[in-house]
Amino acid sequence: MTAVDHVDFDFNEGEIVSIVGESGSGKTTLSKMLLGLISVTDGQLYFQGKPRDISSRRKKQEYWKNIQPIFQDPFASYNIFHKIDSVLLDCLNMRGFRSASNAQKVDMMTEACSFVNLKYAELTNKYPFELSGGQMQRLMIARIFLLKPKILMADEPTSMIDACSRATILDMLLKLRDETKMTVIFITHDIGLAYYISDKVYIMEHGKFVESGKPDDVILRPTQDYTKRLISDVPKIYEPWDLDAI
Amino acid sequence: MGKVMLEVKNLKTKYVTRFHEDVFAVDGVSLKIEEGRSLGIAGESGCGKSTLALSLMGYYFAPLHYLSGDIIVDGVNIAGMKPDEVRRKVLGQEIAYIPQAAMNALNPTMKINDFVNDVMYAHGSKMKKSEIREMAEARFNELGLPPEVLDKHAVELSGGMKQRTVIAISTILSPKVLIADEPSSALDVSSQKLVIRMMRQLMQKGYIKSMIFITHELPLLYNVTDDIAVMYAGQFVEQGTANEMVFDPVHPYAKGLMGSILVPEAGTREVKLTAIPGTPPNLKHPPEGCRFADRCPYAVPTCRSLAPEMKTFSGNREYRCLFSVKKLREVYSDGTGRRSGEKPAGIDELIADQ
Amino acid sequence: MKNTLKQVFHSGKFIFGFVIFVFILLMCIFYPIFVAKDPLKMIGSGNFFPPGTYVSQQEVVDSNSIYKLNIDTSASRFQMALSVENRAAMQEWLIKYGGIAEEDIDVTDAEGLAKLWISNYSAEKNGKMTSAKRKAYKRLDEAVQKAMKDSPLYLAEEGEDGSLQQIKKIGGSDFVNTKTLGSTETFLLGTDNFGRDVLTELVAATKTSLRIGLIAGLIATAIGLLLGLLAGYMGGTPDNLIMFVTNLFTVIPSFIILILISYSVGDAARGAMTVAVIIGITAWPWTCRSVRSQVISLRNRDHVNLSKLSGHSMMRIIFSDILPYIMSYVVMAMILQISSGILAEAQLSIIGLGPSTSTTATLGLMMNWAMTYSAHLNGSWWAFFPVVLVIALISFSLNLMNTGLDQVFNPTLRD
Repeated sequence: MTAVDHVDFDFNEGEIVSIVGESGSGKTTLSKMLLGLISVTDGQLYFQGKPRDISSRRKKQEYWKNIQPIFQDPFASYNIFHKIDSVLLDCLNMRGFRSASNAQKVDMMTEACSFVNLKYAELTNKYPFELSGGQMQRLMIARIFLLKPKILMADEPTSMIDACSRATILDMLLKLRDETKMTVIFITHDIGLAYYISDKVYIMEHGKFVESGKPDDVILRPTQDYTKRLISDVPKIYEPWDLDAI
Repeated sequence: MGKVMLEVKNLKTKYVTRFHEDVFAVDGVSLKIEEGRSLGIAGESGCGKSTLALSLMGYYFAPLHYLSGDIIVDGVNIAGMKPDEVRRKVLGQEIAYIPQAAMNALNPTMKINDFVNDVMYAHGSKMKKSEIREMAEARFNELGLPPEVLDKHAVELSGGMKQRTVIAISTILSPKVLIADEPSSALDVSSQKLVIRMMRQLMQKGYIKSMIFITHELPLLYNVTDDIAVMYAGQFVEQGTANEMVFDPVHPYAKGLMGSILVPEAGTREVKLTAIPGTPPNLKHPPEGCRFADRCPYAVPTCRSLAPEMKTFSGNREYRCLFSVKKLREVYSDGTGRRSGEKPAGIDELIADQ
Repeated sequence: MKNTLKQVFHSGKFIFGFVIFVFILLMCIFYPIFVAKDPLKMIGSGNFFPPGTYVSQQEVVDSNSIYKLNIDTSASRFQMALSVENRAAMQEWLIKYGGIAEEDIDVTDAEGLAKLWISNYSAEKNGKMTSAKRKAYKRLDEAVQKAMKDSPLYLAEEGEDGSLQQIKKIGGSDFVNTKTLGSTETFLLGTDNFGRDVLTELVAATKTSLRIGLIAGLIATAIGLLLGLLAGYMGGTPDNLIMFVTNLFTVIPSFIILILISYSVGDAARGAMTVAVIIGITAWPWTCRSVRSQVISLRNRDHVNLSKLSGHSMMRIIFSDILPYIMSYVVMAMILQISSGILAEAQLSIIGLGPSTSTTATLGLMMNWAMTYSAHLNGSWWAFFPVVLVIALISFSLNLMNTGLDQVFNPTLRD
C-alpha cells in the first residue's frame, strides 16, 4: 500500500511548517520517513542541500543530531521503567557531554527544565507516571532544547493534551523556535491549530499534497475542493457553521 | 417555560479503583433541562464528565456507586431504583445513552434490522416485524440514513455510518433524554459533521425531547447545544447559554477554557491563547476550599479554605466563585475575551463578597 | 514494584494457587528433614502393601504387658474372617440353596450374615456342586464356625518329649499397646511394587519433578525469549529464519520430537537432568511466538523510536526498552512452561522414555512403575492415585497463579 505518494516539498530555517490531514492521509508515515524510521521506496530526501545518507548506524546517529521528534502520546514516549533523568542524560551523551562533570550535567538539565517551566530538582529521580501529560510533553520540549536539532518533527504534540495545557506547549514550541532558529514540522489534523501556529501549511490527502501556502491563503481562501470541504467540516464560532453544506 | 424533562438535584456518585480507593467523580451536580432544549457539558479529561453521563442514567453497577441526590426524569425519580428496574423501564424509553465507542457495540453477525427488532421487543413492543421494519425505514429516512442500511451487517458500514446507525437505533423509542458522551470524537471531521447534523435533526423533529451532549471540544458544543455547563473536578463551575458561555464566561476556569479555543477563522491567529497552569486536583481527596484555587490566577487565601456555592446571576446563569461577577469582570479588563494566565496587578486586594 | 506485588497478592486466584504450590514446596523441603530415610529403600518384600501401620506379629504375641479392654471384638473378628469374596459366596449359597430372598441378606453386616449362615447352611444341599466348590464351602463353613466360637488362642511349645506345652493363652479381649512394641512401621500411602514407602518416595519424586520442570521451563523460556526478542525486533530475514524454525517445531507435534530425542539419546545417558534439558529445548517455540508478537506491538511504540533516535544500540533498546515491558508476560509464560515441563516428564516417563535411573524417583517414573506392575488393575490405588493427585495439584496451582497474574497484568481482563 502506498501511504505517501510522490510528495515534494521544501522548507527553510526557522519556519513552522504544518502538514494537515485527516486520519489515514499518510501524515504520520511521512514524518517517520523524514525521521529515518521507515525506509523510502522511491525518491530522494535532501538535507542541507545534500542527499540524505543514513546507510550506517554512525551516519544515522549523525543525521539524528539534526532531526528530532516530539510524539503525539506523551505517555507512550517514555520508558516507564527508567527515571526521567535518563531521557535528559541521553541527550547530553548525544551532544558529546558524556565525560562532562556531574555538576555541569545537572546545570544543563536544570537550564533545560527551567526553559519549559519545570524544576529539575523536583523532577530528578521521579518516574514518568508521576507526571501529568502536559508535564511529560514539556519535558519532551526540554529534551529538544538540550539537543538543539536543526529540524523538529512535532507529530500532533498537543492532541492528547487538555485544551488548557495546550497553550503552554504551543508557547514553548514558539519560544524554542525563536531561540534556536530551528525548523518545526508540525503534523496535525486540527486545522484551527495549524492556522494558529504555522508559517506555511500543507494540506495532505491520501498521501499527496493538495494545497500549500501561507495559512491565511490556504485556510481563509482555499482553492481546492478538498481543502474547502475540510475547512467547512470544522465547527466555527465567529462565523455560522453550515451543517447542510456537505 | 417548557416542561422540565430532566432535573438533577445535588447528585453525588463515586467509583472505586482497582486499589479499592474511592474517587468522588461527581460531587454535587444539579441541572435542569426543559423540553426541546439541549445542555452541553465541557471539561478537561478526568473532571468527571463521563462519570456524570453514566450516573445520569441511574444505572449503577460496580465500580460506579450512587451516593445521594435525585434524578427526576419527567416527574419520576429514578435515583435509587434497582438496576434491573432501570434497565427495563428507563433505559431506551426514558433515557438513551451513546458513548464514544458506541459504534463498536454492534454485533458483527447481526443485521442492523435485527438490532432494531431487539430494541423494540426488549421493551415490550407488540408490533409485527413488518410494522417495525416500516417504522424503522421511515425513521432512518427522516434522519438522512439510507434505509438499505437495515439489511447490512455492521462490518459493511464505515465508522461514521455505524455511529449514526447506533444513534438512530438507540433513539427509535423516542426517549425523553439523550445522553451523548463524546459521540463524534473518534471520527473524522466530515463524519463528525454528519453525526452532529443527525443529533440536531433528532431534536428538531421531536424524536428526542432533550439532550445532554458531553465533549471536550468547545467549538462543537457551541454549535450543538442551547446551554453549556463547564465542569471542573466533579462539579459544575458555570452554566449559561452557549453564546454567553463562549463570549462572556465569568468563572476564571471557564474563562481559561474559552480562551484556549482554536478555530480556523480570520482574526484568531493574532490572539494569544490562554494557558491554565497546573493540574486538576485529585478527586480521591478533593480539596477543602475552592477546587480551582490552586490553578486560579486570581485566588486569594480565603479561596483555599472556603468552598464557593453555585450562585445565580443575570437571570438564568450560574457560577461558582467567591468573587462577585462585577469584580471578576473588572479583573478581565482587557475585554478581548481572552487573556494569558498572568496575574493582574492589584488582584490580591480584591476581597470576596461572601 | 511494591505496588505490583500488592496487586498480585490482591488476586484471589493467585493466592489460592500460591498457597497450594508453597505447601507442596514446603513438603518437599521439610519432609526429608523429619523422615530421614532413603526414599528408594526397598523396605517391604512383596508388591503393594496397602496403607496402614504395620506391627511385628512376634512382638505382639511376645508382649508381656497385656491389657484387658471391654471391647466386643466379635464384630471385627467377623470382619476379618469373612472377606468380600467369602461374603459373596455366602450370599450366593443362601439365595440358591437356603431359599432366602436377596433383599433379606445384608452383606455389609458380617455378624448378621454369619448368623444367617449358621442357621441355614447344611452340607447336604451341596450335592450337585463340583467337588472343588463343595470343599470351598466346607472351608468357609469352618471359618464361620470358628469365628462364632470366640475361643482363646493357645500358644504352645514343643517339649523335649514331643508333647505340646501351653505357654500363653490369648483371649478375645487381650490388647497390646503399640507403644510397647519395638518394631512398628507406618506406611501412610502403603508401599509400591518394589516394597518402597510410597509417601517418602512421592516427596522425593515431587522434588525431582519440580526441579526438572524448573530447568525445562528456564531453558525453554530463555531460548524462546531470546529468539522471540530478536525475531520481533529485527524483522526481515532474521525474523523469517527464526519463524521458519519455530513453525517447523509447531507443525510437528512437540511430543513426537520429545519422544524421538529421548529415544535417540539412549537409555544410559538419560538422567533426570538430561530429560529436563530435552524438554526445555523442545518446548520453546510457543514462548518464542508469543514473545515475538508482543515485541512487534512494542517496537513501534514512541519510546522505542525515541530511544532509536537517541542513538542507542539495538541490544540496548531490546534489553532496556522492550524487555521490561514484556517481563510480566515472560514470567507468566515461564510458569506455564514449568507446569508443562512437569507434565511432559510425566508423559515421557509413563511410556518408558523418562529418566532411566534407579537412584532417583520422579512423578512420571512412579506412574510408570505402578503401571508396569498393574497397580491400576489389582486395585492398589495408593501406588498411583497420590502421584496423579500431586501432578494435578502442581499444574493446577501453577495455572491458577498464571491466571491470577494475567488478571493483574493484562488490562483487557481487568474488571
